[in-house]
Amino acid sequence: MSELLRRYGPTLTGAFVLLTAFWLLMLVILPNVTLFEASFRPYLPVTEVGGPKDFYSFGNYMKFFANSTDTDIFGFNLPVPIHVKIFFGTIYFSTLVTFITFVIAYPLAFYLAKVVTPKSLPTLFLLLFVPMWVSEVLRSFAWWLILAYKGPLNAVLQGVGILDAPVRWISGYRAIIIGLVYTYVLFMVFPIYNAIQSLDTNQIEAAQDLGSPWWRTHWRVILPHAKPGIASGSVIVFMLAAGSLLVPALLGSPTSLWFTQTIQQWMLEAQDWNTGAAYAFLFLILCTCFVSLVMWLFKVQLTDIAK
Amino acid sequence: MSAGIELDDVCCDFGSFRAVDHVNVSIQPGEFFSFLGPSGCGKTTILRMISGFTDPSAGMIRIGGKDMKGQRPNQRPTALIFQNLALFPLMPIWENIAFGLEVRGVAKAERRAKAEELLRLVDLPDAADKMVSQLSGGQKQRVAIARALAVEPSVMLLDEPLSALDLKLRQHMRAELRAIQKRTGVTFIYITHDQGEALAMSDRVGVMSQGRLQQVANPRDIYNNPTNGFVASFVGENNIFTGTVGSEAAGFARFETPHGAFRARANVQGGRDLKLYVRPEHTLISAVPGLENSLPVTVTDVAFEGNFISVHAVSQSGATLLAELRNDGSVAIPAPGDALHMSFAAENASILPDGLVRGE
Ligand SMILES: Nc1ncnc2c1ncn2[C@@H]1O[C@H](COP(=O)(O)OP(=O)(O)OP(=O)(O)O)[C@@H](O)[C@H]1O
Ligand SMILES: [Mg+2]
Repeated sequence: MSELLRRYGPTLTGAFVLLTAFWLLMLVILPNVTLFEASFRPYLPVTEVGGPKDFYSFGNYMKFFANSTDTDIFGFNLPVPIHVKIFFGTIYFSTLVTFITFVIAYPLAFYLAKVVTPKSLPTLFLLLFVPMWVSEVLRSFAWWLILAYKGPLNAVLQGVGILDAPVRWISGYRAIIIGLVYTYVLFMVFPIYNAIQSLDTNQIEAAQDLGSPWWRTHWRVILPHAKPGIASGSVIVFMLAAGSLLVPALLGSPTSLWFTQTIQQWMLEAQDWNTGAAYAFLFLILCTCFVSLVMWLFKVQLTDIAK
Repeated sequence: MSAGIELDDVCCDFGSFRAVDHVNVSIQPGEFFSFLGPSGCGKTTILRMISGFTDPSAGMIRIGGKDMKGQRPNQRPTALIFQNLALFPLMPIWENIAFGLEVRGVAKAERRAKAEELLRLVDLPDAADKMVSQLSGGQKQRVAIARALAVEPSVMLLDEPLSALDLKLRQHMRAELRAIQKRTGVTFIYITHDQGEALAMSDRVGVMSQGRLQQVANPRDIYNNPTNGFVASFVGENNIFTGTVGSEAAGFARFETPHGAFRARANVQGGRDLKLYVRPEHTLISAVPGLENSLPVTVTDVAFEGNFISVHAVSQSGATLLAELRNDGSVAIPAPGDALHMSFAAENASILPDGLVRGE
């Protein structure tokens, strides 16, 4: 703060602080507080707002547990509320997406950080970034075209002889997973790239020199060093994937349901912003709990991620 | 178990730049061999070629008589101690040391026992469960040595391992390294740009410059009988005269310089520029002209260095000279401005060609 004052003088510093405060208060805190407050109130016609029926309750939150359907869980037929089922589906597939992005991103990040000559690095970065200049909508739509039943992917795979018959890619969660992985893979690549890049190459060579095969060098030296990067990449990708609305909406099928779509239904289709808000907060809290649990399981500290 | 190493006409090119230029040397099993040379002369490149991280552009490397071509670093019987040690900061000390054993599938209890044994060998018995960041520079050094010894290499390669330490610790570690080498009998190839270190520790020294091996000899010969001007001036101080060689007889030659004609040892195959080199401690000061190779000088500066006194002087013909007197009271110490004579014995002076240069 004093550094800021010294460098920019009181007027500019004041302006910075005011702008930041405005942004935080008006655009972040206020809307969230309003939604949070609304989430505890029932959805009422305008005339009854503020009337005797308008009191705080957990009613909106309890809707999460309504409408049980029989679901097959490990061979048992149990009644599970439909929204809970969608929630766990979203968590499960987001985790899967996170895992797949990691599997793709780690070798790529390692290649960029330790194998490529520094001269060709800018070109490769450019190639990675170019697709990001196209908007997410267009990219998802492009995938929709690629994955179509009579689309180019099936044509190519059949042409090469890998497939005998075309595959219905856009069914279940398949296309969503592909779309989400494609959309968010860079958010995994860069934290891991940064982490691996900061590893002294001599350590990799020292491991090799002591006789270590490549996989053990990765397992014992490079992966542990990259753990904070992997953790932050995973948290980002998981949260983005779970919170994505566009990709599930565009690449989803009738049998796929994403939790954000449920929130959207409450808010836009049912016009019930109160329940929508309750669902949104519930989702945020549960996702945060899930992420914290996984971080605890993998012994990752929050301070590691901030690095 | 130790192995000898032969470098057979080894070259290493980075693009059009030749970092190592036709190096030939044969290192004996169990020898303590040092590569000595200034920064950038190709020492690290040689070590990296021996350990397998860099491929020679030409020539052959044999370890224990076996051609190493195509052998990857993890298949060679060498252990490299890096210039910056490269310990694994996320593993405790004992896992660092036992890493090479873990790779070889040794059971955990046995690994731990071996690590503790090695820690005793390097005099760090209580460090097993500490982390790397908790150790001092000298202690890290010893862990790096222990980690390399754990895999029982036939050859240890050390890349300026002491350069980051302070003088006292460096001297201590020199003795320690030497002792460990004697105890284990492993071939040590040691890299340094510190001539004192190379001379004090090694059985033989290879002096390098510009990617070329200038001379390979035991420390005494490197200092007393350098074969070229680079070796003479990189290892120790010299008074240097330029001139032309005259008649040669019985290993001595006449050397004409603008400061007079001198007589000195010569073993010259011609071709290169020749200079006359004489060490300051072999340069004598006297009130009357010396017996041979004498020239009148005026003292310009006298510096007291503790165990010796350096006397800087300039001759009437403009040559600057340095003489070192032992501080044992045997000679009168001159003062600046004194008019005296400096001389040197012919057997203490050498006429030498310049050092080999890259690409020649
Ligand atoms: N990977 C590389 N690519 C291009 N040039 C290199 C490479 N490695 C080394 N060189 C060059 O080769 C020469 C020798 O390098 P080397 O690292 O062997 O020097 P050194 O004798 O170990 O020096 P120092 O005492 O400073 O460690 C240097 O001029 C260096 O610039
Ligand atoms: Mg070096």
